[in-house]
Amino acid sequence: MHIVVDLNRCQGYAQCVFLAHQIFRLSGDEALTYEPNPDDARRLQVQRAAAACPVQAIMIDRQDDAERGAA
Amino acid sequence: MTLSATLAELVRDFKANGRIVIVGASLAGLRAAEALRGEGFAGSLTIIGDEPYEPYDRPPLSKQVLKGWVQADHTQLPRFQELDADWRLGLAAVGLDRATRQVRLANGEQVPYDRLLIATGTRARQWPNPAEAALEGVYSIRSRDDAERLQQALMAGPSRVLVIGAGFIGSEVASVCRDLDIPVTVTERGPAPLIGALGGVIGEIAAEMQRDHGVDLRCRVGVSSLEGDAGGHVRRARLSDGTTIEADVVLASLGSVRNVEWLEGSGLAAGFWGVGCDAGGRAFDINGVTTDTVYVAGDVARAPHVLYEYQFLAMEHWDNAVFGAEVAAHNMVNLEPGYRPHLLLPGFWSGQFGVNIKSVGVPPFGDEIVFTQGSIKERRFAAAYGRRGRIVAAVTFDHGKWLQYYAELIERSAPFPPPPPGWDRPDVMKPIPAEFPEPGVPTAIPDVVLTGHDPNERRAEFRPRDRPS
Ligand SMILES: Cc1cc2nc3c(=O)[nH]c(=O)nc-3n(C[C@H](O)[C@H](O)[C@H](O)COP(=O)(O)OP(=O)(O)OC[C@H]3O[C@@H](n4cnc5c(N)ncnc54)[C@H](O)[C@@H]3O)c2cc1C
Ligand code: SF4
Repeated sequence: MHIVVDLNRCQGYAQCVFLAHQIFRLSGDEALTYEPNPDDARRLQVQRAAAACPVQAIMIDRQDDAERGAA
Repeated sequence: MTLSATLAELVRDFKANGRIVIVGASLAGLRAAEALRGEGFAGSLTIIGDEPYEPYDRPPLSKQVLKGWVQADHTQLPRFQELDADWRLGLAAVGLDRATRQVRLANGEQVPYDRLLIATGTRARQWPNPAEAALEGVYSIRSRDDAERLQQALMAGPSRVLVIGAGFIGSEVASVCRDLDIPVTVTERGPAPLIGALGGVIGEIAAEMQRDHGVDLRCRVGVSSLEGDAGGHVRRARLSDGTTIEADVVLASLGSVRNVEWLEGSGLAAGFWGVGCDAGGRAFDINGVTTDTVYVAGDVARAPHVLYEYQFLAMEHWDNAVFGAEVAAHNMVNLEPGYRPHLLLPGFWSGQFGVNIKSVGVPPFGDEIVFTQGSIKERRFAAAYGRRGRIVAAVTFDHGKWLQYYAELIERSAPFPPPPPGWDRPDVMKPIPAEFPEPGVPTAIPDVVLTGHDPNERRAEFRPRDRPS
């Protein structure tokens, strides 16, 4: 799957890190880094992280969603 | 039919049957394509890109990719919208004929359009001496492949990395080197890192940060030459102060060059700072007349900005590509008065040495700076930039949560110095000179550039007045 985090919007609240630490990491106190193309097996985890982000900075591939729905 | 009904019919027909061509298949190109479909454009959509890859994200390249945490080919951008586009990847556009409305491709093919979006971005400025640039071990970083090559070179355990140029990307690479425990020297012709983008006061803090992390930072020096061994691998650099540095990996981080060569002869206002366009993304021709068919978005665009005295701004930032593309796409399939402006308050982030640096507004537009929150010593603070008693920009080090507060003040051109919002006030809250280099002083070029008031950087074409005979 493909994701992107709008790091202008991200405020380093780290909710995503708690929910999916394999995908999201803080380097230092506030600088978020992440894996942009996580394994599909992590989809639910990433979706939960995206839903928990207080500023809605995590954006997930819609096409992948559609493909999954079709599968 | 009334005129407005005719126009509405035209728009409907264009959305159903029009032909749109996008040149540049990266962030701006992809987001524009998605926005076009989102606007209900159902006609033919062709996306031309000279890289062989589907659109990918560049910011991770100098950060998590270089560090070895994320693979270079794991940077593909998410798709938010079904595109149904004709992708022409691995093929460059080499010419534009506005009279016949055709884009010429490197293989000789002509692609016709009704509306064209120019989203060809920038490329890394190469080390100016071609023989030295060709030495093995000399890198620049813009593309996925660049990042992969440099990452492999770092993994091989170089004895020392030399980073030439301490802008954002150079500083991020130096930070990664220190994370990987690789010795690194950074040279900068200006007096401090990040000085073009954030000024000398912040640059001094960035310099201390680099040195605390073990970077051998040398300011006010240039690299005069690079020398290789018998095998053609770079081994050392000679600096303008007479010293030499032994290094087997060299990153030339010298800013960027706009990809406008393919527009030569098109009659558009394309030049060193990009393609001039209005605030709605409509390209200007060389005489400063807006075109109806050609649009520009992303790093290659320069457009006048209301907050900065209508100077043309060139912004090499992620969010400018995203929002500029959305606005251009909207305007490509609508008519006046339905046009939208791209009035983005510039913003960017950079992660380096464990600190999150963020900014809003245009710092080099200011001439004074005041620290408003936090502590410089702990490198957690907010500072505002001012010009003639108005706030024009702000920067934060690990204080990003406060940026929105400053953004709202900047949008209102509120008085400078601004009232600090928090309780964590610094000891000294007095405006001081921000210390931006004079224009023309050789230093890292800022990635938001005020490029003056002229829509075109070349001269307009005056023609003799036609006299009725
Ligand atoms: C290493 C790195 C780190 C960055 N970090 C940050 C950051 O932390 N924060 C931030 O805000 N921004 C950052 N940026 C900037 C951000 O990536 C750019 O602003 C963004 O990529 C601009 O998108 P664009 O689509 O306008 O241009 P580009 O991404 O440059 O895309 C232009 C595309 O057009 C193609 N092209 C060029 N000429 C032709 C032609 N004649 N025919 C066909 N195709 C052509 C190019 O090959 C390219 O694929 C970074 C950039 C780099 C390189
Ligand atoms: S939860 Fe959202 S704001 Fe917090 S670090 Fe993750 S992306 Fe950033």
